[in-house]
Amino acid sequence: MTEEQLPKKPHQTAYNEPLTDDPKSEAFYVRNLDFWYGNFNALTDINVDIKKHAITAFIGPSGCGKSTFLRCMNRMNDLIDGTRVEGTMLLDGADIYGHGVDPVDLRRRVGMIFQQPNPFPQSIYDNVAYGPRLQGIKNKAKLDAVVEDALKRANLWKEVSGNLNKSGLAISGGQQQRLCIARVLAVQPEVLLMDEPCSAIDPTSVQKIEDLMVEIKEQVSIVIVTHNMQQAARVSDYTSFFLQEVAGQPAVLVESGRTNGIFTSPMDKRTEDYITGRFG
Amino acid sequence: MNKNVVNKIAIGVLWAAALITVTMLGIIIMYVVVKGIGVISPQFIFTWPHGVNAEGGIWPTIVSTLYVTGLAMLITTPIAVLAAVYLAEYAKQGRAVRIIRYAADSLSSVPSIVMGLFGFSFFVEALGIPMSMFSAAMALSLLMLPIVMRTTEEAIRAVPRYIRWGSYGLGATKWQTVSHVVLPWAMPRIITGVVLAMGRAVGETAVVFYTMGQAINMPVTPLDSGRSMPVHLYLLAVEGINMPAAYGTAFLLMVLILIFNIGARLIVRKYRKAR
Repeated sequence: MTEEQLPKKPHQTAYNEPLTDDPKSEAFYVRNLDFWYGNFNALTDINVDIKKHAITAFIGPSGCGKSTFLRCMNRMNDLIDGTRVEGTMLLDGADIYGHGVDPVDLRRRVGMIFQQPNPFPQSIYDNVAYGPRLQGIKNKAKLDAVVEDALKRANLWKEVSGNLNKSGLAISGGQQQRLCIARVLAVQPEVLLMDEPCSAIDPTSVQKIEDLMVEIKEQVSIVIVTHNMQQAARVSDYTSFFLQEVAGQPAVLVESGRTNGIFTSPMDKRTEDYITGRFG
Repeated sequence: MNKNVVNKIAIGVLWAAALITVTMLGIIIMYVVVKGIGVISPQFIFTWPHGVNAEGGIWPTIVSTLYVTGLAMLITTPIAVLAAVYLAEYAKQGRAVRIIRYAADSLSSVPSIVMGLFGFSFFVEALGIPMSMFSAAMALSLLMLPIVMRTTEEAIRAVPRYIRWGSYGLGATKWQTVSHVVLPWAMPRIITGVVLAMGRAVGETAVVFYTMGQAINMPVTPLDSGRSMPVHLYLLAVEGINMPAAYGTAFLLMVLILIFNIGARLIVRKYRKAR
């Protein structure tokens, strides 16, 4: 607790739209969030709203803590020894770090896609059915329906419908990534976290993934970490810009708000420098 | 001395060392093949010995060897894999785990004659299990356990973090993740470890000599005794009654180990293809 008594470096996030007072109106409501890897304070004083039914992009140079912050949102950092979160992080108005919250249940509600497509060494069908089966769905007809629906929503059904018994590892990288998206959609999450989902795959698949993101955002709020400015500008409704200015010092949220505002008239000089490609 | 000359000498020495290793292996194999292949025939492989067990075939010893090795594998694999899962996934990494790992490594370096003596006095004398396939399989699994456990542990640790995260990200518990994703992913390497350990067990003489006996017998139940190929080979050679048959047995033993290794490769390849 001593950290809080020390005078902090004054830091102000710029918002082109005011933060809300109603946590329940947001997918995520984050206030005064700090994150530690052991003794290292990786993120400090993050205040942000993640909107429902919208796509939010996290941008910033490598090592600026945007992926770390993303993993705070489904408590994936709990799997790394020595990590710690302070502050408020509410999902649909409820504290996800509260007493009695089971991270396993949380991760069903907040799905995640990784940079590296990570299908399991099983068939396409079994990959998609993995989550529903964990939830106890055994009925074959019901599973079939869930699998088909998820694959359709992930823009993959047409390519694999005749081949559901093929190994999930035997398809192309871009198809694998869409398979992973289908796998997550099959458990009906409220929020989908995507950690640079397009950086390791072919352009055709990138297009398909961006299309599907826009198609499903009404049902699933999406947060995407991306290094690609054009992608952020193309698909997202909201953007948050993270930056670690000095090595060893915590990263901060420099600017956040509507994407068109951030890309057309950034309020902070550092945001402007970054999106125009002056650094990072 | 000119550094290029030093370089050339170093390369020469390394090359010679590699050559010696390969040559020795080649000579051993050639020697056994040349001396042993003459007696190999369907009669030698598929019939019983007769006389003072030095003439005729070696069929019961082949069956005994496969029987005891298979049984030892069935005993070893579940225990070793579960222990490895515990060590790699569940145990708090620290002193206790390091001690267990060190103990496993030490166990694998216990001389097999000592293991045989222990197997005899513990399984046969203390527990009263007859000298049999079962006693020998138990003693052999003491040898195999650390090999399978350590390779399995390495295989589990080599499963990429993002694969586990994919499972956790779908709301899986730790056990669901381990059993549905981590173990299938690690399976090819686990199989390799098991086959490696079986290769060791097939050639093991001292342990089975003490625990299985040396009577020529066709084992049916696990409590039947028998004579394994290495023991047969040892007895033929030490008594010098039929050296060609000893080399023939040695040759078949090596073929058996070769078949195991090729089998393991095929299984692993099939697994990789299924991916």
